[in-house]
Amino acid sequence: MNVTRRNILKHLGTGGALAALVVSGLMRPIAAFAGQWSKPSFESKDMAAAMKNLDAAAAVDSKDIVLTAPAIAENGAVVPVSVVSNIPNTTRISILVEKNPFPLAGSFEMTEGALPDVGVRLKFSQTSNVRAVVFAGGKAYMTQKEVKVTAGGCGG
Amino acid sequence: MAMHRREFLQVLAAAAAAGFALDSPDLLAAQGGGGAGKFYDLPRFGNVSLLHFTDCHAQLSPIYFREPSVNLGLGAALGKAPHLVGEHLLKAFRIKPGTAEAHAFTYLDFAQAAKTYGKIGGFAHLATLVKQLRASRPGSLLLDGGDTWQGSATALWSRGQDMVDASKLLGVDIMTGHWEFTLGHQRVEEIVAKDFAGKIEFLAQNVKTSDFGDPVFKPYTLREMNGVPVAIIGQAFPYTPIANPRWMVPEWTFGIQEEEMQKVVDEARAKGAQVVVVLSHNGMDVDLKMATRVTGIDAILGGHTHDGVPAPSIVKNSGGQTLVINSGSNGKFLSVLDFDVSVGKGTGKIQGYRYKLLPVFANLLQADPAMAAHIEKVRAPYQDKLAEKLAVSEGLLYRRGNFNGSWDQLILDAMLEVKGADIAFSPGFRWGTTILPGQTITMEHLMDQTAITYPWSTLTEMSAETIKTILEDVGDNLFNPDPYYQQGGDMVRVGGMTYTCDPNARMGSRINDMRLNGKPLEAGKTYKVAGWAPVAEGAKGEPIWDVVARYLRDKKTIAPRKLNMPKLVGMAGNPGMQV
Repeated sequence: MNVTRRNILKHLGTGGALAALVVSGLMRPIAAFAGQWSKPSFESKDMAAAMKNLDAAAAVDSKDIVLTAPAIAENGAVVPVSVVSNIPNTTRISILVEKNPFPLAGSFEMTEGALPDVGVRLKFSQTSNVRAVVFAGGKAYMTQKEVKVTAGGCGG
Repeated sequence: MAMHRREFLQVLAAAAAAGFALDSPDLLAAQGGGGAGKFYDLPRFGNVSLLHFTDCHAQLSPIYFREPSVNLGLGAALGKAPHLVGEHLLKAFRIKPGTAEAHAFTYLDFAQAAKTYGKIGGFAHLATLVKQLRASRPGSLLLDGGDTWQGSATALWSRGQDMVDASKLLGVDIMTGHWEFTLGHQRVEEIVAKDFAGKIEFLAQNVKTSDFGDPVFKPYTLREMNGVPVAIIGQAFPYTPIANPRWMVPEWTFGIQEEEMQKVVDEARAKGAQVVVVLSHNGMDVDLKMATRVTGIDAILGGHTHDGVPAPSIVKNSGGQTLVINSGSNGKFLSVLDFDVSVGKGTGKIQGYRYKLLPVFANLLQADPAMAAHIEKVRAPYQDKLAEKLAVSEGLLYRRGNFNGSWDQLILDAMLEVKGADIAFSPGFRWGTTILPGQTITMEHLMDQTAITYPWSTLTEMSAETIKTILEDVGDNLFNPDPYYQQGGDMVRVGGMTYTCDPNARMGSRINDMRLNGKPLEAGKTYKVAGWAPVAEGAKGEPIWDVVARYLRDKKTIAPRKLNMPKLVGMAGNPGMQV
């Protein structure tokens, strides 16, 4: 455990640093890079509409996207989700939580040379698929995984 | 009179059938096969030997433990180990019915056979067996899969200290954990840093800090055994903060983390490990799936689901094969895994292996004096409390099984009456010892079923919808077709209310026809529901052992329990169930 790093961050005010990474799926999110496209996509109330508004309705499944999320959430209020894109020329990574009231949880624009590797902590209203959508070379790619949100207790 | 072996065995069988206790080691050993005194005679094989026990649940003294009669396997797990019970298990592993081994591995004729073969486990007897095996296997390692510091009154009252000291005395080299974490993260850190320093390594590759993902424990260790570098990787119970109170480990995150597991295996191999073994608390179904996806593991020595499986499950994967082994629970078994690894320049190949899961029969093994003295010492301050006689049980009381066992039925019956509830829930724990018909239930026995750090009993108004949601939620933790979504407990035990359960259905559709006194539960109506072991922070209530003790003292005699089993749909012919 890197105690020094932790202590330094505590002094600096970890809250602010971490809050920047947190994108909530239940509250109406504010896009970090608000452009013309963002408002309707973030306000979409179901997966199909969100995908359409992202111009990702035709997204194809890709094994070159590594989506990491727990099979069962330890805490549905802060589920760590990360996405790494191995698709060349990735320009944007979007993350969606299917069963949330507003599925689109966050979008990250990649400037040229940026490593397409993002991590967020998301609130899940219930057991749901989480989907990563990657845009590269003008095409959309996706992969998804189910995250179970459970009441807990009763284990072994 | 000279007696041939065959005649001798016939006499034994007749004696067993007539209910005589066979407590002479020679007699028992003869029946176990191989002649008198040979039951534990396991010749050395190869040059890398691992001894493994798991989920002893702090049972320092010999006990009875009945294996399940219901342990359903669904989908790909149907009809495969560990989802085989009773005669199905005997047949699959070619174990002769009516033998000591048949008694150890199954529930068959349990009360009668338990009288014949006596109690199992106990650290003093286990210590003798460990010493004997280590004498024939120089350099061998003793691995503990966890759930060692919880499950008994003395472990709870000494905050695990009795078990920590017993583990050191037993010569445990490496351990991982699950219920250990319910002593709170500070206590775990204290034991690992102080008591275990230089003696026992606590390993877990899948426990990280929740802020930066830094490792909390050492992920693996590299040990040289007779010239062979051997890596042991720790895998703690992945769902600790979900199945148990998260507030006890607030800054740690768990999970299966198979990508990380692959990295650790690759790193150990790169550093020269010729044998890679995972000491796992995943539960056997999760181990079996992990073995198909992570390559380079020679064996997984697992626990959590309390499956005592007589032979390894061999899982093929793109890197070769992995032996998946689970070593039972409650101190009942000791696994012996021997590898023969070629030694010399440019070699290091596993040429063969032998495996045996040895039942620990207390009557067949002398108690180790040093361990016996330790056990006596830790029990002494609590002796009066432990020995308090609460009631006499007329029937067999056991817990293990996918649905209500008779011990849980007794706890539910007590909760319904003492709390004045309509419905009662008791968690689907897999630990808890067994009481034979006619045996006196002591406070120690009651604590064997209830000794946890969050023992509070509760009474809550719940709607029919909430009750259904809870049952569906727990049902999915047990019956989800994907093992990675299973948490390794049994179904929540239900009192007062009947229901049907269709394990093959999807979550939300498994639980149907919920009835109270024959009448369907009404939508919108609320019911008084008693429960215990709440995982929420700040929960309060009378400890469950006080509730049940009051009931037992009042009743004095406990008649055989009538099990409130759900009506099962689609399970006819499942070899994980015998009726």
